[in-house]
Amino acid sequence: MQRWFIDFAERIDDGDPIYLACEECGQAALPPRTVCPECSSRALEERSLSETATVTAATTIYSSTPRYADETPYTIVVATFEEGVRLTGQLRGADEVERGDDVLLDAESDGDGHWLVTFTPST
Amino acid sequence: MTVQIAGVASTEFGEHPDSSTRELFTDAALEALADASLTPGDVDELYAGNFIGDLIDDQAHVGAMAADYLGARQAASMRTESACASASSAARSGAQAIMAGDADVALVGGVERMYAAGIQEVTDALANAADNEYENKAGLTFPGIYALMAQVYLDEFDVSQEDLAEVAVKNYENGVTNPLAQRQEETSVERVLDSPPVATPLNLGDCCPITDGASAAVLVSNSFTEEHGIETEVSFEGSGQSTDSLALQDRPDLARTRAAERAADQAYDSAGIAPEDVDVVELHDCFTIAEVLAVESLGFFERGEGVRGAVEGETAVNGRIPVNTSGGLLAKGHPVGATGVAQLVEITKQLEGRHPNQVDDSTIGLTHTVGGSGASCVVNVLRAGGE
Ligand SMILES: [Zn+2]
Repeated sequence: MQRWFIDFAERIDDGDPIYLACEECGQAALPPRTVCPECSSRALEERSLSETATVTAATTIYSSTPRYADETPYTIVVATFEEGVRLTGQLRGADEVERGDDVLLDAESDGDGHWLVTFTPST
Repeated sequence: MTVQIAGVASTEFGEHPDSSTRELFTDAALEALADASLTPGDVDELYAGNFIGDLIDDQAHVGAMAADYLGARQAASMRTESACASASSAARSGAQAIMAGDADVALVGGVERMYAAGIQEVTDALANAADNEYENKAGLTFPGIYALMAQVYLDEFDVSQEDLAEVAVKNYENGVTNPLAQRQEETSVERVLDSPPVATPLNLGDCCPITDGASAAVLVSNSFTEEHGIETEVSFEGSGQSTDSLALQDRPDLARTRAAERAADQAYDSAGIAPEDVDVVELHDCFTIAEVLAVESLGFFERGEGVRGAVEGETAVNGRIPVNTSGGLLAKGHPVGATGVAQLVEITKQLEGRHPNQVDDSTIGLTHTVGGSGASCVVNVLRAGGE
């Protein structure tokens, strides 16, 4: 995996997740951006990201790539943070979630350098 | 400088276990050149779309391979890659080379061989069109990405899985009479709903198959047609291409394809037309939901109303705006790197009046091809009335 993603995931794992905020236009973005995707400013500031988010969409995957072939079916969640970014991760602690449900952000490592964003229902 | 379409061809789409990427491309290219009454030696520029050849065949440098095996080593050759829109980029690039005055004859096409690899390997390779770290490595597959888009769309616009399945029913019906289509059989809403789940809410019946195939088209300049007495019936009238976030998660609305909206606006501008001028369309229905999003982004339906096309027959061969008369990706098949030119082949045949599902009095046709989950999109416009 790319170094930037490992750094990003490790910050989540440490309970100190971050995102990038554009000081010019306020756009929220995710690493490893150098340039604001909305206004092209380079004034991107690292800020703390909440550890809770709201489910925007979820899908249960029955046909996977080889890496996850032994784990199907599993559920992928796209969740939205109040700071304005979204993240994609695997659902833990439940088989399914509904749009609008609150979830907690976490990250998992397989110990072999592969990191994964996860979400767990917060209730 | 106007660009004319002098010849087109596609191989049969489906399984070609005894062929290869280079042979499939050569087959389609030779047939397109024959359709144009030209030879490989006439080609100035060659653009070959290919997406996963590096992974499936361990073979990159597909442009040179295609030109070499076509017997066109004199040509400037290049592979174009914008995921599933690779061949549409090839067509656009060839047209641009002619419009710039750099070429008189551009052979544009695409090829993909997918069957030889297993379904998991193909799923893995196709996932490379998504964001590797944020999506692919998280276990989000390509059907999964479209499933997320579908979930948001169904929820926000009160559309049902049955409604989406109607897209497959329509396109399969069109595929029945297309001799090159991979699936020449009808389906039904029940069959789609009863097919195995791939990524909820999408079932196998909502998904295009994996496909081997190649397509090619010969684009020529106006001056070349005049000098060589070549008669053409269709011109390449305009084009647009645009970009959106690589990852679905970075889009403000997951169920909206902004790259397609921008590409369509550009294409309409460059061709001097409006959506209501379009008579026949081949668009990127890799999944049923994709056709619904596409007809909206192209301006044929208001947001939230795209499913009406299939449900009420507005996108049928005899409907208000016929969509995917070839069977589309769902039935015709989707050799990813070839699809954009395969669509162009179908539209050219429509505008020449020789399509198996002929639309009466069609003058303006359009192709819409999406790369990845919508991170790129190419729209090309063709018009009947050549030189
Ligand atoms: Zn900004």
